[in-house]
Amino acid sequence: MQFGIMSVSDITRDPVSGHTPSEAERIENIVKIAVHAEEVGLDVFAIGEHHNPPFFSSSPTTLLAHIAALTKTLTVTTSTTLITTNDPVRLAEEYAMLQHLAKGRMDLMLGRGNTAPVYPWFGQDIRQGLPLALENYNLLHRLWREDVVDWEGQFRTPLQGFTSTPRPLDDVPPFVWHGSIRTPEIAEQAAFYGNGYFANNIFWPKEHYKRLITFYRQRFEHYGHGTRKQAVVGLGGQAFIAKNSQEAHDQFRPYFDEAPVYGNGPRMEDFEEMTPLSVGSPQEVIDKTLTFRDAFGDYQRQLFLIDHAGLPVDMVLKQLDLLGEHVVPVLREELESRRDPEAPANPPSHADLVKAKYGDAAPRQPRPNANRGDNVTGGSPYQDSESAVDSYPTL
Amino acid sequence: MTDFRLVVVSAGVSDPSSTRLLADRATQRVTALAKERGHTVTVTTVDLRELLPELPAALSSQLLGPRFTRAVDALGAADAIVAAAPVYKASASGLFTSFFQVLDNDLLIGKPVILAATAGTARHALVVDEEMRALFAYLRALPVPTSLFASTEDWTDTGFGTRIDRAARELVLLMESGFARAVRDDAWGAYQHSYGSAGGTELDIDLNSDLMRLATGGTLRPSTDEDPFDPRKG
Repeated sequence: MQFGIMSVSDITRDPVSGHTPSEAERIENIVKIAVHAEEVGLDVFAIGEHHNPPFFSSSPTTLLAHIAALTKTLTVTTSTTLITTNDPVRLAEEYAMLQHLAKGRMDLMLGRGNTAPVYPWFGQDIRQGLPLALENYNLLHRLWREDVVDWEGQFRTPLQGFTSTPRPLDDVPPFVWHGSIRTPEIAEQAAFYGNGYFANNIFWPKEHYKRLITFYRQRFEHYGHGTRKQAVVGLGGQAFIAKNSQEAHDQFRPYFDEAPVYGNGPRMEDFEEMTPLSVGSPQEVIDKTLTFRDAFGDYQRQLFLIDHAGLPVDMVLKQLDLLGEHVVPVLREELESRRDPEAPANPPSHADLVKAKYGDAAPRQPRPNANRGDNVTGGSPYQDSESAVDSYPTL
Repeated sequence: MTDFRLVVVSAGVSDPSSTRLLADRATQRVTALAKERGHTVTVTTVDLRELLPELPAALSSQLLGPRFTRAVDALGAADAIVAAAPVYKASASGLFTSFFQVLDNDLLIGKPVILAATAGTARHALVVDEEMRALFAYLRALPVPTSLFASTEDWTDTGFGTRIDRAARELVLLMESGFARAVRDDAWGAYQHSYGSAGGTELDIDLNSDLMRLATGGTLRPSTDEDPFDPRKG
């Protein structure tokens, strides 16, 4: 079971001190937070993608590559990468590059994005959001698996003989999660490809996600990727920890009350009752998190949101200490002892995927051919790939 | 003989409330007329005032508290509805419209509704027909032809009792016709739904749609809309 944190990258005024971090400050701090996540023994750091203030994370692969360089074991990922407004060709290139630099310690999560004005900034139409997400992933999937792709779809210009470079590390595509909380088509796509499925588990009562996760598990089995229990599920969650319940509530309340999205809405206590938010002592957070498994079955990744709503960096680092020292070790032990042996303990790592593809054989290392005039029009870009038509015989 | 479920939604906030009073008078007539015709009516009243503490969460994050959830369940199971609002500043009250704006678009499809409003002056009389009726048209509910409106002078007007009677009879006949159930049974798929809508009951997943084919590696069907006036085709 992997534990980690996910950040939406909001730069929010601290309602207690009145301080709004500069972009420079917040970016510097997110690196500290990510590095500290590894120091306290967490497994995963995830960053969101946004293209408007007050967020900083418009270029997740740059940030994640930097974090990967500063860490040893941490898996870097996204929550989420916009599969609607990004060109799948750029995604294939950027994330393959990240995969090389992170030595495989990465994966990515795809989402549609919920900020309507972003679509036209990237030349897209939000009314086509779902078909865009589905079609773009179909293309991304092929770009990472076929050296040369001919492709035609509804939304982007057709590709003829296109090779996305660099090829994925060891010619094994990064593991992909599909994030969704209300769209059966996304769960179906995740199941069809045997990818992971992630429910952000923030806003709605958990019963709401349960139906789609169950559907994803059924379809994962239907498509022959394994049993329902073997389907790869990740969950979000939101926690604020202090020595005891009272202290946690007192410290977190000003941030909750003015948080983006749900601030100025429900009372914190009601939100705790109706959603997966846990505010309390380590034991209370542990107890609440254990209910997720009861509801959704064994799952492989738990991400907590702990750095939003203007929480100052020192407080976030302290939250990480508490998570790493008092919460996650207990959760690891408890969840491992309850896990059905049929269910995977972790989502597939790069090493697992290499093993699955090659067994004990050496992985493919694509080496490009010298330019023979056909490198931009397809054919046989790599020394070990066969040309369909040998149209440029060497002399 | 049928047992009908009637849900009364009142947005009156004072106690006693003239809006609630109007809703109750309509409800009594519906119950009495149904009884005359050999039916029984089970009435559930949703006093929106009691939902006020849950309203901010519902409006800001679609998070329905326990009372909201009970109201949605009752409306989903209702055979007919009485919906009554006070008029404030020439509009149905914010509480009333907020409540119905939070509901799923498909929760009330085909259900007969008596629309009722109260106001301090007769100058607000058209709020029921021009504003509330549009809201219920959007929800694809079926407001009865007779709307109820009561300003101060109506409470002592005998003609008002006649109108309540008329609206109640229209509602009973529509309930009796079984229209709501029939249209839902026969044509539910013809209305737009989203996963988990209709108060969390709309959970069918159509695996045979264009989008599902796209989700599983297929392509969207090319458009077959041919332009009959395309000049390139001579």
